[in-house]
Amino acid sequence: MSPLIEVSGLHYRYDDGVPALNGIDFRLERGETVALLGPNGSGKTTFVLHLNGLLNGEGSITVCGLPLEKKNLPAVRRKVGLVFQESDSQLFMPTVLEDVAFGLLNLGMDAPAAEARAREALQMTGIAGLAGRAPYHLSAGEKKRVAIAGILAMEPEILILDEPTTYLDPPGQRSLAALLAELPQAKILVTHDIPFAAALASRAVFFEQGKVAADGPIHEIVEQFGWEFVVRAETRRKTRGQHLIP
Amino acid sequence: MHHVVLDRWSRGSSCFHHRDPRAKIVALLALLVALATASRGIVLLGGALAFLLLVSLRWARIPVGAASARAALVLPFTAVFAGLSWMAGDPTRALFLGVKSYVSALAVVWLVSTTPLPMLLRGFGRLGAPRFLLEVGQFLYRYLFVISEEGQHMRNAAAARGGPVRQWINRRNRFRAAAGALAVLFARSYLRAEEIHRAMLARGFQGTLPVLEAGQFRVGDALFAVAAVVLIVTLRIASQGMVE
Amino acid sequence: MHIPDGFLATPVWATLDVAAAPAVLYAARRAQRGFEESQIPLLGVLGAFVFAAQMINFPVGPGTSGHLVGGALLAFTLGPAAATVVMTAILAIQALVFQDGGILALGANIANMALAGVLAGYLPYALWSSTRWRKWSIFAGGTLSVLVSAMLALSELLASGVRIGGTALGIALLLFASSAILEGGITLAVVQALERIQPRTIQAPLACRSAAVRLLALASIVLASVGFLVVSAAPDGIERLGQQSGIATQVRTLMHTPLANYQAAFLTSDSLGKAAAGLAGAALIYGACLLLGRAAARNRSL
Repeated sequence: MSPLIEVSGLHYRYDDGVPALNGIDFRLERGETVALLGPNGSGKTTFVLHLNGLLNGEGSITVCGLPLEKKNLPAVRRKVGLVFQESDSQLFMPTVLEDVAFGLLNLGMDAPAAEARAREALQMTGIAGLAGRAPYHLSAGEKKRVAIAGILAMEPEILILDEPTTYLDPPGQRSLAALLAELPQAKILVTHDIPFAAALASRAVFFEQGKVAADGPIHEIVEQFGWEFVVRAETRRKTRGQHLIP
Repeated sequence: MHHVVLDRWSRGSSCFHHRDPRAKIVALLALLVALATASRGIVLLGGALAFLLLVSLRWARIPVGAASARAALVLPFTAVFAGLSWMAGDPTRALFLGVKSYVSALAVVWLVSTTPLPMLLRGFGRLGAPRFLLEVGQFLYRYLFVISEEGQHMRNAAAARGGPVRQWINRRNRFRAAAGALAVLFARSYLRAEEIHRAMLARGFQGTLPVLEAGQFRVGDALFAVAAVVLIVTLRIASQGMVE
Repeated sequence: MHIPDGFLATPVWATLDVAAAPAVLYAARRAQRGFEESQIPLLGVLGAFVFAAQMINFPVGPGTSGHLVGGALLAFTLGPAAATVVMTAILAIQALVFQDGGILALGANIANMALAGVLAGYLPYALWSSTRWRKWSIFAGGTLSVLVSAMLALSELLASGVRIGGTALGIALLLFASSAILEGGITLAVVQALERIQPRTIQAPLACRSAAVRLLALASIVLASVGFLVVSAAPDGIERLGQQSGIATQVRTLMHTPLANYQAAFLTSDSLGKAAAGLAGAALIYGACLLLGRAAARNRSL
């Protein structure tokens, strides 16, 4: 079975010439959930912005069998649903319903059909009651769900979420994880939240300075790079001695 | 923020809320023009129109006191010129200025409390205002709260770094700090706009914003508009005649 | 200076509504051509920025502070057409949502702040920002944008018969001058800070090689400042001048016949002379700005 996403030799430089991606190879198989881990500035977000053609680097990218070229962009953008870190930048329409229907109307659907599908998507994410609300009043968790509904309405095959738990409190994180676990699409999660990633992803890719440093089972990667915040007993004792923690 | 309250009122439900925005805009314009062009019987006309507005606000279940207070925002400006007119020996003029500006403001409050702003903007669009301008307005309104919040954070941060204002050196530094804060806010707004654009592209944006609800102008809307205009014109003629 | 409804005489607000509409339409069309379709969020968000910016206080004296008005800054970063669109959107939202400025008076407020203010602010920048007078051109732009808008607003109020005595006028002009200078200072400080953190947002000015255009621009700016000085120094002098040259009587007869029913109660001989002079000066500045804007644009496309 051919992979959903296949990236080969991706290079990208910012406008000022600073290299952001230095030859990335990546694959995403059907139904997989992959976590992208790595330090801030290592290129994770820059990388995912290439997967639906928002950024244009050198190298080859194929999404669902379509090479990423200008003529394929509309089709690719339908198949790849990207949920941004900042929900406020993603919910730009006056009401929730209009925002969720935005993508559908752009695809040429007529208003009644778009509205019906949008309401279905809101139902799927458990926020059917928010349809007429204005986005800026919603809580971070509600906004995230609206953003996801907006993506799901377009029936993508791949979901990419960039730091989805950033503004969420622990209950919010749990319910988001539960929601994502139910969705059948293949997923890419850019995140620092290891418990969240481990709950959903089987595989992780570790980014370092624009390159893929490692690619394997998530627990191995976390162990290899020490990528988890754990307060160990010795640390507590030491700092207590120095009166840093009462 | 002020507009949050207005937003809540506008999402209420009443016969006024359900009228097509175009009908309400027509009614508003009729009222404003009738009031603005009146040269006699202004107090009578103003009083009658204010009464009508307060009754419809009540009917629309909008807190009358708060709405009147919003309209009173225009009064400080008016008071200055009213005061000047009074001192120049023309107290009637002062009164007219007060009545006209207040009742006009109250009418606008009525319109905006019974119509969510994005819908109102679309109503203006269907009456001929340029679409591009209205879309900019729609985004402005959407991000008003978001950017203002960011601005608030920066203001607190800038204040926290400033010293006592009395010292000249500190004042100049605070000036520079404020300018720096504005520049950062500008840059962040610019970057946010790029992010919004990317989010729009990611969901297939092709240059024109799609509209979900076309909104139909029904018989009820036409009746409302006609009734409002007739009522206002009658009041105008009557008040003019009564002060003869 | 947002003029509410009920202040302006019918001929004034009606004329300005009719005059502002095509100008705004033109600006909207030009603005759309300038960028790609990414503009709508950009202009909207920067409009929200101006609102937010008005919350940040700039200390000026003990206990006093001012804030950015924004027309000039928008013109320098977006170009005058887009700046006009943003300012118009701001004025509309201010009138509708914040009861700051009237609806019938929107044409007047747009003409003052979104059209004349933006053009007057942009002119010095367009002409001198690539020379060694750059800082001064930015400062002058900020100052002029506020000064011209305020003067136009004042003229419109005077022409509508609103009574403003000599002392009050003097105080008003003093206030305008100080807020104008403050705007110049704030705009310059913000542009300098922006150049350090995100230089690509400052637009390169229109290339304007024609000496004639530069001269005309200089003339219009001189006119604006002279007009300001004249009005502030001798308000009664203008009135006397008007009466002596017979302009005042001629205007009075003109205004009386078709508009008698509307205007009789409002117009007095006091305000007429001042109003005529004010409006004439303002119209000249406005016209000059518009013409220069067109000429400069044509120069650029060559």
